[in-house]
Amino acid sequence: MTAKIKPSKGAPYARILGVGGYRPTRVVPNEEILKHIDSSDEWIRSRSGIATRHWAGPDETVATMSVEAGGKAIADAGLSPEQIGAVIVSTVSHFKQTPAIATEIAHLLGTGKPAAFDISAGCAGFGYGLALAKGMITDGSAEHVLVIGVERLSDLTDLEDRATAFLFGDGAGAVVVGPSKEPAIGPTVWGSEGDKSDTITQTLPWDVYRDQDSAEVRYPALRQEGQAVFRWAVYEMAKVAQQALDEAGVAPEDLDAFIPHQANMRIIDSMIKTLKLPEHVTVARDVETTGNTSAASIPLAMERLLATGQAKSGDTALVIGFGAGLVYAATVVTLP
Amino acid sequence: MAATQEEILEGLAEIVNEIAGIPTEDVLLDKSFTDDLDVDSLSMVEVVVAAEERFDVKIPDDDVKNLKTVGDAVDYILKHQG
Repeated sequence: MTAKIKPSKGAPYARILGVGGYRPTRVVPNEEILKHIDSSDEWIRSRSGIATRHWAGPDETVATMSVEAGGKAIADAGLSPEQIGAVIVSTVSHFKQTPAIATEIAHLLGTGKPAAFDISAGCAGFGYGLALAKGMITDGSAEHVLVIGVERLSDLTDLEDRATAFLFGDGAGAVVVGPSKEPAIGPTVWGSEGDKSDTITQTLPWDVYRDQDSAEVRYPALRQEGQAVFRWAVYEMAKVAQQALDEAGVAPEDLDAFIPHQANMRIIDSMIKTLKLPEHVTVARDVETTGNTSAASIPLAMERLLATGQAKSGDTALVIGFGAGLVYAATVVTLP
Repeated sequence: MAATQEEILEGLAEIVNEIAGIPTEDVLLDKSFTDDLDVDSLSMVEVVVAAEERFDVKIPDDDVKNLKTVGDAVDYILKHQG
């Protein structure tokens, strides 16, 4: 017989309740990068807008950075760890695939027994996690969800590749998503373009080390086709950002902040131009001192905008992540 | 109607001027985008996208790296314009 199943009951809407970030202690200026590549501070700044980035030390692991950022986000939301019903961790730089690092992070945070899992969605990982969290809350499978973006991209950086050596940074950013009486996270416009999977990629799969003498194989690193990525990010992602605004019913004039993935200042500048964002909109430019931290970049930039008073609680922000996959996710949120 | 070589050069000069701030009269067929006109690889993408719109032409990423000089770009557009 087909038994009648009780429907799940969630909150009417979801919102970001708190945000937290962790940046590794060690600040790495362009001068240090220049020991390995033939370039200049001026060249790096003009191509990327990056002046410094943070690189993690041995004690600043994917787990410890996540616990720092997650703990701050939980406190910022005014909650205690045991109120977290699910932990989603987005990362591409945690090198032990099983078990998911989310379970260890949840345990270290003292959250009890939440659902906990990792996702892999490159630089769109935060947006993917946010979409999942919103769905879980409105579906009723969790009341409060911790979404963490965390990377140690210095582990995947080829210091001798002059096109990418200066780009990447380490860090963790986190938000707590919870129930809301009003809509505070818009529809997510997301997707993937697997035909462009070679555009940004890890140079080699890990099993090369099993199949070949590891002394003969260079350690994997991130590579990208700069021009192709730039074109896609600026022109295609501007369309996605516009669609997110349209689907949320928010006009550019009503935006307070724009928090794009912090890939490169040139991409950010060109996106603003292509989107024709009004001048009053505050633009996150955290990439200058944080570098590209992939999944961590949006929550880190959000935390910094709020901490420095450039944006305030209740402001309306457009967020968009895009990267390896290629994948993307954009939405409009009310800032915590 | 397809644009002439002269029209394409004039249009490209305006685009390069808008994106890189180079005076239009400096944008000549024998000039290299990177070495002479200070158009770096990312600005080149902006030039290419603007040229695609203006001249109704598709310039795939793989072809962009072959456009070293203004003349290369003019020839490409002349041959591929819709």
